[in-house]
Amino acid sequence: MTFQQLLFIGFAALVLGGGIAVVLLRNPLYGAFALITSFVGLSALYVMMGAQFIGAAQIVVYAGAIMMLFVFVIMLLNVRADEERPPRHRFLVWLAAPLALLLSAGLWLAVAGVQGDRAPSGEAGTVERVGKNLMTRYLLPFELTSVLILLAVVGALHLAKREKE
Amino acid sequence: MLPLLVELPPLPTLRDTAFIMPEIILTLFAGAALVLDVALPRSKKHLTAYFSLIGLAFVAIALAQQVAMTASLLPISAFYGMLFIDGLSVVFRFVFIVAAAFSILYSIKYLEFEREQRGEYYALILFSTLGMMFVATSGDLIALFVSFELMSLSVYVLVGYFKRDKRSNEAAMKYFLTGIFSSALMLYGLSLVYGVTGHTNLGLISETIAGYVQGGTAESGDPRLLLMVALVLVAAGLLFKIAAVPFHMWAPDAYEGAPTTVTAFMSVGPKAGAYVLLARMLLFALAPMREMENLPGWAALLAVVAVLTMTVGNLAAVTQDNVKRLLAYSSIAHAGYILLGIVSGTDMGYQGVAFHIMTYTLMNTGVFAIIIALHRQGVIGENLNDLNGLFSRAPSAAVLMLIFILGLAGIPSTAGFVGKFFLFGSLIQSGKPWLTYIAIIAVLNAVVAFYYYARFARAMFLNAPSENIADASPLLLAPSVRITLTLSAIAVLFFGIYPQPLINVADIVAQSITTVYAQSSGIALR
Repeated sequence: MTFQQLLFIGFAALVLGGGIAVVLLRNPLYGAFALITSFVGLSALYVMMGAQFIGAAQIVVYAGAIMMLFVFVIMLLNVRADEERPPRHRFLVWLAAPLALLLSAGLWLAVAGVQGDRAPSGEAGTVERVGKNLMTRYLLPFELTSVLILLAVVGALHLAKREKE
Repeated sequence: MLPLLVELPPLPTLRDTAFIMPEIILTLFAGAALVLDVALPRSKKHLTAYFSLIGLAFVAIALAQQVAMTASLLPISAFYGMLFIDGLSVVFRFVFIVAAAFSILYSIKYLEFEREQRGEYYALILFSTLGMMFVATSGDLIALFVSFELMSLSVYVLVGYFKRDKRSNEAAMKYFLTGIFSSALMLYGLSLVYGVTGHTNLGLISETIAGYVQGGTAESGDPRLLLMVALVLVAAGLLFKIAAVPFHMWAPDAYEGAPTTVTAFMSVGPKAGAYVLLARMLLFALAPMREMENLPGWAALLAVVAVLTMTVGNLAAVTQDNVKRLLAYSSIAHAGYILLGIVSGTDMGYQGVAFHIMTYTLMNTGVFAIIIALHRQGVIGENLNDLNGLFSRAPSAAVLMLIFILGLAGIPSTAGFVGKFFLFGSLIQSGKPWLTYIAIIAVLNAVVAFYYYARFARAMFLNAPSENIADASPLLLAPSVRITLTLSAIAVLFFGIYPQPLINVADIVAQSITTVYAQSSGIALR
């Protein structure tokens, strides 16, 4: 096992562990922190694939800005660990585990069918290359995204604005 | 190794921007509508609606410049294959423009009445239309997804547009949550498609998958299984959006809770957008997976969904008393019929899909326009009983409504019949026995549908007017609405009796589907 593989296993475990913790933890604040952990692991995986820019953006945008908002909202709403209430559909829990296992087995089988090195080379993820691609090949979706964001702002403003009357 | 984008292409040129002229104009008008709203005094806010309609007219003129391009067999691609212009994209963009224009026209009085007349409403409809138009022209997964989200996001807000109405809030919440969930499913599927094929361009994906399906990759494993997973995820996400069974639960609630004008819009515009995306994915990118050796292809999967969708939709519609819920189930049933055309895989089926979507747009907006007009203080006009005795109160509205309802039911001599004839006929024409059985189920379904459409006619013509109508004054339609409705009704009848002109248009779509697929590699990259 090379050092690279060891690193990969470590960070992948961080991603998976964080993800599982988000689902299992009852306190929303802990859940948000677990999500940050997962994002940090993910950004390390991006860097290992040679996508430095995406890795940095993952930290700055997701683990940083967006999770900050998450935590803010949780604290503003003053959500505590949600009250222990009896789950309404207890049998669903027993149904969920086998289904999840079945899905994982199916995915495993499917992924096993694909072989070969599918990681992009080290050049692809540099800031320069991402920037140039955004301004040429991906210019149209890039501009469309800006319209999408404008629309999201208008929509959010409309829904959140207080009625006068 | 994935094929890398090492060679950087030159910057996009004016040639590229010329191809998105209609979209550029629409963006400008949508943005201007937002600004205009701030500039106008409260009593003049409805002018934004007329401004938006003028904008749509300009968009239609710009789009008309592209009609000539559909004549060439090879679709024209621009922005490095991010978008391409073929018959399907041109025809459906016209459909979207018509759907948006009708919705705006029918909204003006309604919003005035609800005292919710604001520019955002029209801007959101225009932005949603922009998303749909880009869905129709995109030839790349990234552009497709972003434009699809642009389309959906506007509709989420529109559904919750009446902030003071609890039902509107609830509907928006449900629609938003199920909507983003389905988008996430679809995105996961798309990422798998990219992972397996290494391309985001639909043409290149199709080419690569065709190679895999023919089994030319024995030494490098069998990627077809992973493609199956991707297919199921993408299909699930899209079937959510068109409200096909078993992903239809949100539709009746969202349709009922949304402002009626928004219901009218979302039942034709964004829905047609989702059909276009479904057609692009299944009939182009994933087309080689229609039928595969040793594995079920998407044709079988979609056939099951189609049968379930029309049966559940029609049976559930029978018991509904709320008109909006009833029409929601009816639109679920129609989604089932339209899927049949895609399942059949024949030219006739594709013509049926295009024909039915075009005429359904006219009929459904027509029905909703009358329901919107029924809306009076105290009478929401959403119960089937509210239609009682409409003929004696407003004969012209009742007759118009009858024509649209008969069209939806698919009575011969209406355009609805021609659409169904093509869709069901294509199953038999395909010559496969199992598709013939499905055609029989479809016809039985159409018979069930007669029952609940007939309830409309009975309420309007036979039942006496209800006693408890708060406002018994005759129904007044604004002149512009009246003219539009009359023209739509004439179109529904005209194309029912002499459908050839519209069939020719539908044929442009069918031809572009078959030729684009045949020359998938040709449009890959400019």
